[in-house]
Amino acid sequence: MHNDQLTPGIEAGRLSADQIAENFADLHPPLNDHEALVAADRCYFCYDAPCTLACPTSIDVPLFVRQIATGTPEAAARTIFDQNILGGMCARVCPTETLCEEACVRETAEGEPVQIARLQRYATDRLMDAQPYTRAAETGRKVAVVGAGPAGLACAHRLAMKGHDVVVYDAKPKGGGLNEYGIAAYKAPDDFAQAELDWLLKIGGIRVEYGRKLGDDLTLASLQKGFDVVFLGMGLAGVNKLALDGAHPGVENAVDWIARMRQSPDKTDVPVGRNVVVIGGGMTAVDAAVQSKLLGAETVTMAYRRDRAAMAASEYEQDLAASKGVHILYNAAPKALGAGAITLARTKTSNGALVETGEEIELAADQVLLAVGQTLAGAPEILALDGGKIAVTGPGRTSVAGIWAGGDCASGGEDLTVTAVAEGRDAAEDIHAHLMGEA
Amino acid sequence: MADLRSNFLGIKSPNPFWLASAPPTDKEYNVRRAYEAGWGGVVWKTLGEDGPPVVNVSGPRYGAIHGPDRRLLGLNNIELITDRPLEVNLREITSVKRDYPDRALVVSLMVPCEQEPWEKIIRRVEETGADGVELNFGCPHGMAERGMGSAVGQVPEYIEMVTRWVRNATRMPVIVKLTPNVTNILAPAEAAMRGGADAVSLINTINSITSVDIDTFAPEPTIDGWGAHGGYCGPAVKPIALNMVAEIARHAATAKLPISGIGGVTTWRDAVEFMMLGASNVQVCTAAMTYGFKIVQEMISGLEQYMDEKGFSSLDEIVGRAVPNVKDWNELNLNYVTKAVIDQDKCIQCGRCYAACEDTSHQAIAMSEDRVFTVKDDECVACNLCVNVCPVEECITMKELPLGAVDERTGRKVEPYLNWPQHPNNTPDNCGWDPDPAEPVQ
Repeated sequence: MHNDQLTPGIEAGRLSADQIAENFADLHPPLNDHEALVAADRCYFCYDAPCTLACPTSIDVPLFVRQIATGTPEAAARTIFDQNILGGMCARVCPTETLCEEACVRETAEGEPVQIARLQRYATDRLMDAQPYTRAAETGRKVAVVGAGPAGLACAHRLAMKGHDVVVYDAKPKGGGLNEYGIAAYKAPDDFAQAELDWLLKIGGIRVEYGRKLGDDLTLASLQKGFDVVFLGMGLAGVNKLALDGAHPGVENAVDWIARMRQSPDKTDVPVGRNVVVIGGGMTAVDAAVQSKLLGAETVTMAYRRDRAAMAASEYEQDLAASKGVHILYNAAPKALGAGAITLARTKTSNGALVETGEEIELAADQVLLAVGQTLAGAPEILALDGGKIAVTGPGRTSVAGIWAGGDCASGGEDLTVTAVAEGRDAAEDIHAHLMGEA
Repeated sequence: MADLRSNFLGIKSPNPFWLASAPPTDKEYNVRRAYEAGWGGVVWKTLGEDGPPVVNVSGPRYGAIHGPDRRLLGLNNIELITDRPLEVNLREITSVKRDYPDRALVVSLMVPCEQEPWEKIIRRVEETGADGVELNFGCPHGMAERGMGSAVGQVPEYIEMVTRWVRNATRMPVIVKLTPNVTNILAPAEAAMRGGADAVSLINTINSITSVDIDTFAPEPTIDGWGAHGGYCGPAVKPIALNMVAEIARHAATAKLPISGIGGVTTWRDAVEFMMLGASNVQVCTAAMTYGFKIVQEMISGLEQYMDEKGFSSLDEIVGRAVPNVKDWNELNLNYVTKAVIDQDKCIQCGRCYAACEDTSHQAIAMSEDRVFTVKDDECVACNLCVNVCPVEECITMKELPLGAVDERTGRKVEPYLNWPQHPNNTPDNCGWDPDPAEPVQ
């Protein structure tokens, strides 16, 4: 094949393998020892630290940074993993610019926070060979976990630590959830999601069954019968529908395209349009747009129907997209599809409502990726819902006794890896208390 | 897993990290929070005799030396002993000790240099259930002008006398806290021993003026336009403290005297250093005052990791381990030759090593037109200054020349151990060192 950026249609191999490899290299390469010491030295060891308060898993940031600064990054890693067993992945994918690093007092002082995420990676990378935790004496209690994503794995690990037996069911052929199938490839290169999963499972007491989707041969009733407790962390398998006039052969849900792209080892076989239009304003939209560009699309436009301030993707993510050559079009709502094109209606906010201005634009589009939100799919009917998600109270208790839920499929919290980890962990603690007769 | 439990004079604590007698240990509220944060022990801020309490200044009590980024390197204070009533302190000590029986609680004392007040306060402290007493012969400001603190600590005869009064008055462990404001720390340490002290703790603070306000022409901290010298502490004083601890630990007469190490302990590593030079435990103040009680968590996890990595199971394996390696200069091996080596991969080409060596040392670093810095082995005396001024860790290291290798600077082969007393240049005309060869230490 001799495709390049100008080849019409949706084609693979627009860039050389070397170029693609370079494009998909680590977005934030690891700090070396000297960089880590300099970065750690900037931490003020704040009291009741704002960074820790901003972390959904409440990692003791000042302590772990000081442990790095005093030459014990392994102790730092323990401090991180005690709160967040997926601290390695979170170091890579957390939107820290809206969490710990936004809260850092040096962001206030100098507009330049301590590089918490990169320090977290520096520390956690040092303990990724051997699983640092061991199991308590076996309790003989059995817990089913649905979903091997961040919530399910965090829950399973904590339960295994407490001595319970865990079976994790996942619909996909591989575990990791969105870490494996969703997160932008350049944030977790070198198959980190699988490496982390393997490392996590080394604690023992956890069996994972892949290709087991809730609803097919696996029913909630059978899990309730076979296990003492069920934890649901299956994420959001559905997507919002977008009804547009006209037809276009190159329309696809961004999550499906990203999942396929993520599974390609070197990305040279992933087809991408010459002109790509991504509909949406969240992280998925940014990930789809940036990775289209990195694969060699000539033009990539992210069209978002509201204005910049309303965009779910952080300013950092928007800047990242812009730096990679993605054009972000605000106040542009998709209206109709045509042959190799999409028509967008310009919008504005008037009296709090989004209205069309009457102006329309047409963009060349060989490929249209829809990233307009994910939805819960296949939730068991016996569970009460809240805002389209499984309703939970406290540490993930659903409306049905014996069933907990956490992560994106459960109500409350942002749809972030780190939030899912916190919810899975807290549910595990609650489940443990329940199993041991303490709650 | 390493066992951090400490037993100092029979006083047990879950770890060797104690808070020193100072503002952080002035009251029950603080001490309870310190224990909750993980501190193994506390030396309660110095109590004075019954009666009207001392009065502190109500202007600034502290002055500071900052490094880059306002890192607090040294702190000086002009605060006196506790200014709260004796009865209140004793009541609180009793209450805290009752609630935290597993933590060490030692009470620091300073009363006038007469037998009766010492005997009197000792009896009161015994009633609290505290684990021991520390005699404050160290504070260099305020109390010293009243014949207490370092005014006692600077006169070995007084140290011995007061220690003996206390020794004879109690069966509690007696720790004597030493002032560094002396010319030779061994004299006060030996005096404490003669008086019957179970241990010494050191160092107390160092006489100091941290800075002068160049607009108001007054030393800082400034009280109504004037200032007084205060006691200096914090990371800046650690080297002085380490030496004094080591001097006591390696001096035959005091070698068996237990030591509680104090002076700029800020990280677990500092603590290990003090312990290796002979301290059985450490006392911390400035680090807690700078970063809060939580800092002990890093000390605990760091010490644990270090001990695990070294395969040490108890603190006994650390305490004193470096003492045999502390020598007088004339025992050092004059045939030991090293050369600086610059790692070009790590070098960021700042040229600090060059400036230091070219301007102030031995002109042993070459600088090329494209800013590559290399060591001239035929000039390098291995002074280590380039290592010390280099901003990058491990970029410049010292490489030892093996026996038989030729030192390009001298043209001579590296030979076995030879110290100054053994050296041919050491002649009677050559200024006075004992020409008898000392026993080689190797």
